[in-house]
Amino acid sequence: MMRLQVNGEERVIGDDVTPDTPLLWVLRDNLGLVGAKYGCGIGSCGACTVHVDGKAVRSCTLPVSQVAGKPVTTIEGLARDGKLHPLQVAWIENDVPQCGYCQAGQIMNAAAMLKDKPKPTDADIRGAMTGNICRCGCYVRIHSAILESV
Amino acid sequence: MNTHTKLNFAASDAYTAQLINDVERLPADTALKLGRRGFLKLGAGAGAGLVLAFALPSGRAEAAEGNPRLINAFVRITPENRVIVYSKGPEIGQGIKTAFGLIIAEELDADWKTVEVDQAQVNSKLYGYQGAGGSTSIPRAWDQLRQAGAGAKAMLVAAAAKEWNVPAGEVVAQDSMLTHKASGKSGTYGQFASAASKMPVPEPASLKLKKTSEYRLLGKRHTGVDNHKVVTGQPLFGIDVQMPGMVYATYTKCPAVGGKVTSFNEADIRKMPGVIDVFALEGTGLPVEVMPGVAIVANSTWNAFKAKDALKVTWDESQASKDSLTAADAKAKEIARTFPAKTDANVGNVDAAFAKAPHVVEAYYDYAFVSHTPLEPMNTTAHWHDGILEMWVPTQQANRGQTMVAEMVGLPEDNVVVHQTRCGGGFGRRLMNDYMMEAAAIAQKVRAPVKLQWKREDDFAHDFFRPGGYHQLKGAVDSGGKLDAWQEHFITFTADGSKEVSGGNYSANLPHTTLAPNVRRATSMMPLMTPTGPWRGPRDNAQVFVNQSFMHELAVASNRDFVQFLLDVVARDVPELRVPDGPNINFNKDRAAGVIKLCAEKAGWGRKRPKGTGLGLAWAFSYGGHIAEAVELSVDDKKHITVHKIIVVADVGPVVNMSSAENQAEGGAIDGLSTAMGLDIGVENGRVQQANFNSYPVLRIRSAPLVEAHFIQSDFRPTGLGEPAVPPLAGALGNAIFDASGVRVRTMPLKRLGYTI
Repeated sequence: MMRLQVNGEERVIGDDVTPDTPLLWVLRDNLGLVGAKYGCGIGSCGACTVHVDGKAVRSCTLPVSQVAGKPVTTIEGLARDGKLHPLQVAWIENDVPQCGYCQAGQIMNAAAMLKDKPKPTDADIRGAMTGNICRCGCYVRIHSAILESV
Repeated sequence: MNTHTKLNFAASDAYTAQLINDVERLPADTALKLGRRGFLKLGAGAGAGLVLAFALPSGRAEAAEGNPRLINAFVRITPENRVIVYSKGPEIGQGIKTAFGLIIAEELDADWKTVEVDQAQVNSKLYGYQGAGGSTSIPRAWDQLRQAGAGAKAMLVAAAAKEWNVPAGEVVAQDSMLTHKASGKSGTYGQFASAASKMPVPEPASLKLKKTSEYRLLGKRHTGVDNHKVVTGQPLFGIDVQMPGMVYATYTKCPAVGGKVTSFNEADIRKMPGVIDVFALEGTGLPVEVMPGVAIVANSTWNAFKAKDALKVTWDESQASKDSLTAADAKAKEIARTFPAKTDANVGNVDAAFAKAPHVVEAYYDYAFVSHTPLEPMNTTAHWHDGILEMWVPTQQANRGQTMVAEMVGLPEDNVVVHQTRCGGGFGRRLMNDYMMEAAAIAQKVRAPVKLQWKREDDFAHDFFRPGGYHQLKGAVDSGGKLDAWQEHFITFTADGSKEVSGGNYSANLPHTTLAPNVRRATSMMPLMTPTGPWRGPRDNAQVFVNQSFMHELAVASNRDFVQFLLDVVARDVPELRVPDGPNINFNKDRAAGVIKLCAEKAGWGRKRPKGTGLGLAWAFSYGGHIAEAVELSVDDKKHITVHKIIVVADVGPVVNMSSAENQAEGGAIDGLSTAMGLDIGVENGRVQQANFNSYPVLRIRSAPLVEAHFIQSDFRPTGLGEPAVPPLAGALGNAIFDASGVRVRTMPLKRLGYTI
């Protein structure tokens, strides 16, 4: 049995989940939180990005045993008190998504970046966001939505 | 174990070729045929409000009347004033759910802020075609959806006019409200929904549709209807489907297509954590359906993946692919030395033109195979229960998948119930329903809802690739500086030994735009077993690069300004090259000239630019769109490219949703850049050499340039934007590199030539 702190709630994981299971699949298959997405399974595309201890991590390669007791935030927990995060607002206002599959990972990655760099430069954005693939190529809008959110 | 499976690569490829043909063909009269039988009111019982659909020519829709499970609607207005419009097509990122909603809401004069857009059920008997592909969603549905909106509005107006006892012509409908100015009466659509449902249905032909100048919604910017759900991580995609008691499956096929299962380590797999079952499937022998393989069923995706990684299969590869693309590259060069005796086109006298022309250029171009790689790996959830097979599928071709599955599992089509989910990208990959077929086959053996989930590595290994190709070209420019002769030997692949592989035939769009008085074309083919198929902008995505690069070579050789050279080409009429007009998608030389000129203007064509920078332009007539693109870049001495800006100028008729149109233009150009720079699928001994994004460098944000999109909003019928923005980019990129450095690139991806971005 394992205890996780997910989006401010304690969640108990049964013994049927092996400790090497990546956090991504525990979130998706066991906790019903499907916002983080499977894209590559090797930490190469960023679609699975969530926060652990406030830092952006690739949940597809992170064994769940390593996050026990640490606060995990997923896209479902990014809005606080029913109020969307400024990035989420900017994403809607800029009509960023095409297929939308990568966007939860993009937003979570950007949210972590903004904690370190509340006023990011163009170079900061390009540097921090380059691990997140958008196969539809919405990069122009991702960039401008981040700038508009701050 | 799989001794009975009869492999049939030719039949599989013929299926794909037919699919492409069906998807791209635009029936001109879809809407009119639908409309001729008039509208159909459904669910008009007490309290149901107004539910409006079309009677389909088959007559089968009438049978649906009163059957709630089969309620088919484009528009539904409840007495509580909920206005719901239904999007019948798949959302794959092209923005169709929002666009379809807007088109109906525009003619309905509904209050867009309160309109709900829902995904329609999958039922071809009721909706007709429900696919997405070939950029045809908008042109196919344009009339139908406008009539649905206008028809519902006419009935609401008639109901209000009757109650208020005023002429219908005096009732104004706007923002989901009906008003009569003279009497001061007004009411919501909802208040009149039930009365409207008792009104006679109007003849579609009698409906007065709006003029472009009357649009209140179309052409403006609207954010996507599902964006809130996307940014809050709500379940939308096929992979997000969850059901009580669901189990998880993987499927492992031979890395060389056509390998059959001899044996596998069944006992080891059964001992793995969470494994519920493991079994081999013989398959149907067609890559478009189910190929031989081993299914693993487990209690979680991760346990299914782990067991898959531990699976050891001995394959019988006696009939499997031994394809080698490096061998094909070498062979193509050899074939290119001799122009075939048998030609596909022979207009004028190419030899005479070459003999007298002052400028003759020859060149050899080639481009790689590429993979679709939508970010959501293939998956399907399937559940056999109560005599039906229920499926949740991220597909671009739900109707077709339903038919194929029904045939394979031996159920009547109505007993295969398909739910269309949002798709995490399509790009043509999900026109194929192989993963859906596999899920159906696996579900037959599993007494629970089962989600088949491909690993990313499966997506790379078992795609239907954009085929690579090779073009030997010879062209001439006459003493007046005009394109005089064009000879092209296209070396491609064949699955059946007689015709080109699907997606690997000469583009039907190019004769429109390669207008020389002397043209000779021929095709040679090399055998191929690796499956190919439609990849965003099939054929054009590669062939326009060849066409526009070589066109630029000819302009340079004859010292002509490229834009002027292109304008001369498109202005020409060569009757022998004229392709018969299609219903909606017709080449138009004025539209062609319009996008080329505006693109040149926006890009600052002809202006002096700093050393080391270059500007390139290319254009295409592709998937109904007339589209030109310009690339402005720098190249350093290590062949590193920095793209400063991309300009896209498109004429696709009136724009439905400006925000979405710009997004498609931006994304299409980025996709074109990504693919031209670095994407390259290798196949050796039948095995795909790339397995994940670490060996397949999809463009990242750090290399992504600004994209500026402009639209010429002509009054022609609207056409789609999913594909047209891809084809011109690579040509514009190559021409810009030449402008910057004097070096001509004749190979895609440019990574093969040492370029980086």
